[in-house]
Amino acid sequence: MIFELLREQLFQLALVAALLVGLCAPAVGTFIVQRRLALLGDGIGHVALTGVALGFLTGTTPVLTAVIISVAGAVAIELVRARGRTSGDVALALLFYGGIAGGVMLMAIAPGGSNAKLNSYLFGAIASVTPADIWVIAALAVAVIGVVVIFGRELFVLCQDEEMARASGLPVRFLSLLIAVTAALTVVIAMRVVGLLLVSALMVIPVATSQQLTRGFRATMATAMVFGVLASVGGLLASTVSPKVPPGASIVLIALAGFVLALAVGKFVRRGRSDEESRVGPTMRVEEVA
Amino acid sequence: MSETAFAMTGGRVAYDGKPVLRGIDLTVHTGEVVALLGANGSGKSTLVRALLGLTPLSGGSTLIYDRPPGRFRDWWRIGYVPQRLQVGGGVPATVREVVASGRIARQRRLRRTSAADRAAVAAALEAVRLSDRAGDPVQALSGGQQQRVLIARALAGEPDTYVMDEPTAGVDAETQRLLADTLAGLVLGGKTVVLVAHELGPLEPVITRGVVIGGGLIAHDGPPPRPEGECARPGHEHQHPHAAEPVAGPLTGWQGEPR
Repeated sequence: MIFELLREQLFQLALVAALLVGLCAPAVGTFIVQRRLALLGDGIGHVALTGVALGFLTGTTPVLTAVIISVAGAVAIELVRARGRTSGDVALALLFYGGIAGGVMLMAIAPGGSNAKLNSYLFGAIASVTPADIWVIAALAVAVIGVVVIFGRELFVLCQDEEMARASGLPVRFLSLLIAVTAALTVVIAMRVVGLLLVSALMVIPVATSQQLTRGFRATMATAMVFGVLASVGGLLASTVSPKVPPGASIVLIALAGFVLALAVGKFVRRGRSDEESRVGPTMRVEEVA
Repeated sequence: MSETAFAMTGGRVAYDGKPVLRGIDLTVHTGEVVALLGANGSGKSTLVRALLGLTPLSGGSTLIYDRPPGRFRDWWRIGYVPQRLQVGGGVPATVREVVASGRIARQRRLRRTSAADRAAVAAALEAVRLSDRAGDPVQALSGGQQQRVLIARALAGEPDTYVMDEPTAGVDAETQRLLADTLAGLVLGGKTVVLVAHELGPLEPVITRGVVIGGGLIAHDGPPPRPEGECARPGHEHQHPHAAEPVAGPLTGWQGEPR
């Protein structure tokens, strides 16, 4: 059945999109979760909706306007965060509501706008991905992975300990904006696949899943990318079983199921580890005394 | 004349309009081992942060190796040990990963981790006796061990000057002794150390200068007296630039004796 599907162009496009999203979202998500900004993706997703609607209103490609608006939103969020005032989270919330309300409003008055189209961006419509979309998604994916490869070491220090990053002479403001903008690009990539409301799920759940099994940062990121691809491709396949199954939701539900499984396995693995430690414990103590 | 690692003149810092430092003149020459002492809330930590440019000055100026922090480029020369690791970033990181991040100021973008990087990280782990925990997540370590990770991170960068914010706070006696030994080694290697401490304990023998902060000013600056307490002797040579200011808090001398 899968081989038949692979011959269909529509499915090929959807598969490529799912693969790219499955790889990119957890890679960026690892930094964002480390920075304790797990909800950043949600915030950007809300703002991106205004961008999508703006695309319909002006007759340009919604993906492009979404990139512009969500990057602008991400920069605004980062600037508010960097101020570090307690009112920061309220300011963010205002931005999120503005993004959704603006999107719904603009969509309603746009000539080609309809609730169906709005839904396809809110909840994803991987089956309607066009070759042009794929090129945009691929280009964004290259940019995102490029950022992770080139700046990964610095971003790790920044997200681990911002103070230390500053005292090491790293360009903290630039790197903070870079991670925010990269997150915005990822949101736009994932928008067509899982939808703006579930975008953040692919950035956060695979990371939370792999944390249950890993001990290090690199290992967490690599494992999260594997889980991300498994969930996005698995969800896509599940949606081919029946036209009633929405791919976005099934991707997220598969990711969540993986998390629950990893939670159980992780507990088991950790118990094994602590047994091991208690066995070597006494000898270590002797060494320390000596 | 030796190089100066830090030179602050008339340094003032205010948080929300409330003055914390009210005019600090402090010059640290290379090879010195300076202990910044003072009661809680006296502004010690603010002072080290201001020396590094992490907290902006509201008045006065400060130099790191003769350059203002904003125009200082040789950050590999500085090894900063913050007060506490912000562990629990949301993602686990191994001890080795955190210690290796101390090399960041020496690494170029897109350059792979070199043999020198790996050797420095291994040596730093060995110095704080955490080689056998290198693969464990930092989050799984005790408070004292996490403090050692932070010290190892600074050691890994092989800087000229160490700035340590309360490296002995809340750590066990063994870690304190380990830190004292490590510091003694750094001093032999001609390194400069500025450390904030509430009480010195085993670090005392390696300290060459004690600076007491009180009420946002330097209340006392001079070579460390011997345990008898030379400060009390008339005619001792310590400078008291702000002698009129009483030392805030329960401190009776530069040592910051326990209450």
